[in-house]
Amino acid sequence: MSNSKSRAMRLDVKKTYKLFIGGAFPRSESGRTYEVTDSKGEFIANPSLASRKDLRDAVVAARNAHSGWAGATAFNRGQILYRIAEMMEGRSAQFVDEIIALEGLTPSAAKKQVEEAIDLWVWYSGWCDKIGSIYGSTNAVSGSFYNFTIPDSLGVVAVFAPAKPSLLGLVHSLAPVLAGGNTAVVIASEKYPLSAITLSEAIGTSDVSGGVVNILTGSAAELAPWAASHMDIDGIDATGLNSTLEKEVRIAGADNLKRISSFKDGASPQRVLAFMENKTVWHPIGV
Amino acid sequence: MTFEYSSAPESKAIVTIDPVYKLFIGGKFVAPKGGKTFTTINPATEEVLAKIAYAEKSDVDKAVKAAQEGLKVWSKMAPSERGKYLYRIARIMQERAREFAVLETMDNGKPIRETRDIDIPLSAAHFFYHAGWADKLEHAGVGSNPKPYGVVGQIIPWNFPLLMLAWKVAPALATGNSVVLKPAETTPLTALLFAQVCQQAELPAGVVNIVTGDGATGAAIVNHPGINKIAFTGSTDVGKLIARSVAGTDKGLTLELGGKGANIVFEDAPLDETVEGIVNGIFFNQGHVCCAGSRLLVQENIQDELLEKLKRRMSQIRLGDPLDKNTDIGAINSREQLEKITELAISGDTEGAERFSAACTIPAKGFWYPPTFFTGVTQAHRIAREEIFGPVLSVISFRTPQEAIEKANNTPFGLSAGVWTDKGSRILWTAKHLRAGVIWANTFNKFDPASPFGGYKESGWGREGGRHGLAAYLKGAK
Amino acid sequence: MVTTAGALTDGSLSSIKGFLKTLSPVDQVGADARAAMLATRSIKTASKKWAIDMAISMIDLTTLEGADTDGKVKAICNKAIRPDPTDPSVPHVGAICVYNDMVSVARKHLDESGGHDIPVAAVSTAFPSGRASLEVKERDTKDAIANGATEIDMVIDRGAFLSGDLEKVFSEIVYIKSLCGDKAHLKVILETGELVTYDNVRKASFLAMAAGADFIKTSTGKVAPAATAPVVLVMLEAVRDFHQMTGVRIGVKPAGGIRTTKDAIKQLVLVKETAGDEWLNPELFRIGASALLNDLLMQRQKLTSGHYGGANYVTLD
Repeated sequence: MSNSKSRAMRLDVKKTYKLFIGGAFPRSESGRTYEVTDSKGEFIANPSLASRKDLRDAVVAARNAHSGWAGATAFNRGQILYRIAEMMEGRSAQFVDEIIALEGLTPSAAKKQVEEAIDLWVWYSGWCDKIGSIYGSTNAVSGSFYNFTIPDSLGVVAVFAPAKPSLLGLVHSLAPVLAGGNTAVVIASEKYPLSAITLSEAIGTSDVSGGVVNILTGSAAELAPWAASHMDIDGIDATGLNSTLEKEVRIAGADNLKRISSFKDGASPQRVLAFMENKTVWHPIGV
Repeated sequence: MTFEYSSAPESKAIVTIDPVYKLFIGGKFVAPKGGKTFTTINPATEEVLAKIAYAEKSDVDKAVKAAQEGLKVWSKMAPSERGKYLYRIARIMQERAREFAVLETMDNGKPIRETRDIDIPLSAAHFFYHAGWADKLEHAGVGSNPKPYGVVGQIIPWNFPLLMLAWKVAPALATGNSVVLKPAETTPLTALLFAQVCQQAELPAGVVNIVTGDGATGAAIVNHPGINKIAFTGSTDVGKLIARSVAGTDKGLTLELGGKGANIVFEDAPLDETVEGIVNGIFFNQGHVCCAGSRLLVQENIQDELLEKLKRRMSQIRLGDPLDKNTDIGAINSREQLEKITELAISGDTEGAERFSAACTIPAKGFWYPPTFFTGVTQAHRIAREEIFGPVLSVISFRTPQEAIEKANNTPFGLSAGVWTDKGSRILWTAKHLRAGVIWANTFNKFDPASPFGGYKESGWGREGGRHGLAAYLKGAK
Repeated sequence: MVTTAGALTDGSLSSIKGFLKTLSPVDQVGADARAAMLATRSIKTASKKWAIDMAISMIDLTTLEGADTDGKVKAICNKAIRPDPTDPSVPHVGAICVYNDMVSVARKHLDESGGHDIPVAAVSTAFPSGRASLEVKERDTKDAIANGATEIDMVIDRGAFLSGDLEKVFSEIVYIKSLCGDKAHLKVILETGELVTYDNVRKASFLAMAAGADFIKTSTGKVAPAATAPVVLVMLEAVRDFHQMTGVRIGVKPAGGIRTTKDAIKQLVLVKETAGDEWLNPELFRIGASALLNDLLMQRQKLTSGHYGGANYVTLD
């Protein structure tokens, strides 16, 4: 195809960093981008600066995808989350490079973050078909009734990922939301968005149906009020918001009584349950 | 001559109502600082029953301080001993059950048959159930070292005054929290009798504090910095206000709010039991039930037959003196609520729905509304969307299971739903697709302390009852 | 609307099955709960007095013992005519119910003692098991009618019902009904304690009504459980629904286990709030009982005199 001389002169093909909505990778409808620099202040990328309309579109995609994702068997959801881990493993070098560049971590620290993030998907993958056994119940009511309680998905959850660790923090928030059968609209770390964008590309090739995960890059401060007041969002993981924004989100989120949580601790089934409802069913026992 | 039931009134002699009630703070009945009172009436007769102390901010402050003192004793007590106090309370409630039942009926207007057979026994059962949890909290599903929140502020409604108290107080105490509770303005009397039970049980001072008042009293509880968690049952509007008030604080919050429950009847339903379920779903407690089956979704091919049966059954409903043991439907709790029901039902007329009301004789005094349903209701009607909180049912037809689910879920609420069919797989399919926290299949309006209760969407946050409800009073690892 | 019972099914198995399939099922727990709720009705003062007299007039005063004698039968006939010899305002009972061979004794004694208007019911068709050929059942029935029975209490073939031979159950009822003609009313005993499920009770009720029963009766009194409140509820719902379908009112007779005034009044409450006031008369509701009558009389004396009586203040038979 070409000789070694010309290859040495080859120009890199640069990536346009785009949003991930409904399984597609569009630019922001607003046409806006913003500049991301590395830890030394050097230009890295111009990702999309998502608008409230991109958020709206992402919520529509997430809502449409919800019944399919929640209705899939728990075993199937677990396999798909495991597939995400598989796809990430193949891209781990890319994740590591981006984390080194943006967060300024040492290669070994960046590698550790990526490995933990991949392993976290594996961990939550296994929860999909166990959360009901552990946290559901049959209830011994007085009277001739069979009565059971099962955790059920909440619906559409907006995820404000923490600034950093940009990949691991995102997975800590996103994986439990998906494990619970919800669909997600992620607002990526504003300063360090490349991990989220690369994750969207891994997810795009992981048997995850379009719309189950939607990832927006841009300003959390700009999008948070719109997410908080959006009546078709059922829950918010506010871990990535500062206390002022979180309070605003909680006030506006009361309009449709969104389930809003933020987490200090690491992996826990409680993070799955935070975005699940409990459904109790009664039925008479008779002949 | 026909078989008419002679009046069979339950005796009021068992109840002593004081002319004036004080606040219950720190184990004692104390007068409110401002010296203000309000009255509570019997909604069936409009007679004044008693004057009730009105708690202002400073009184709430005093109650919170007492609860903080009580907490020191209570949270350090051996869990098994805490449990024994709850058992003791449960036993006393059983011993004084008829007294509670009569008093509840007089203050609330609900029939004695319901207070005697449902409200009071279930209230005692809640204390029994939670008593057994007190020394098993590490198994409650929130980790191996669960902690109480501290002082819990509890605000309860007027529709099940004592039962809602039990739903709130029993799990709070079992988990080692102390309580400042505000009963509803129109129904404070059984809570104040419960305060006497706490004294009789020798519950340590300050563990339970009861402050009577109105919305301002409630707001003082919600906004008090010394309160660590709020548990509220009431309207969705007030629930949202509370959610906004506690935003940005460390306070825990659980909410049990409104509903517009769909009661879905398929063509193969056991029709006579279904009719009972419909009646129990919407006319139980005068329809003052957040989880009422207020939307009847009926498969179109059996609508006529079902409604004929329903009409016939409604003609048997006995409206009148709540203390009469044969009364099925008692008084609407307040003039204000009666006006709200009346206004919404009129909107049904003006929006073109067709009204059927049971032919009941309405007593001259008191607040009453006859059992009523509307046909020709569409999803757009106000009576299909808004919670009426009265004995008014909206009938909507459907053709396929998918349509039934779409209509059932087409509401911002998600508290309860019913499904009636003889087919097991259809029950589970329907239950799976309904977005509601409590689903009654071939039954309706059943409650049990072991069964988690609470709503999806705008019907609330969290559960009450069962392990799930208990966990809402514990802080664990997240 | 179907106007005659005969038009509901042509009696072939497929037709009977097709008809029974149109019936809505019964949820056991819901039916139990409804019956239990109705049992909480509190019937006092004037309504209690009315109910006691109505219950007395609905009693099928029964003796169905191997040890029955002429003397015993005559004694209950006397009791039927004047339940309380000290109080002529007490109504007479609904009927006398005896075994086949006692029909003539009862009829004769009633007629001679001023009880012309009290019918005699005969348990028939190889009561209580029904395990005999149709020829035997035919003879049994004819005998009873010939001896003066104007009410025939027949048993269905429960074995046939449970094994799915609905055609046999149906055709036997049709045949016995044809023997009754206009000479006797036909009460069909379902023996609900052997049918077990309420779905079976509902189906058997409709089967009997479609085949021409004038009454459906719970039990023989020889099998427990007998006339439980939910079973009576389900049967009352059946006659109510059958009336909706055909315009024909069929009677209901609980029998077995109804011993106290409280039990009897609960039955009347069930009737009132299920089938309706139209059924509250001896033409459409009977109670098969023996000991019940004296308890009703004691309660009646209490209401009249204001103090509690004792067993020795009512006559043994």
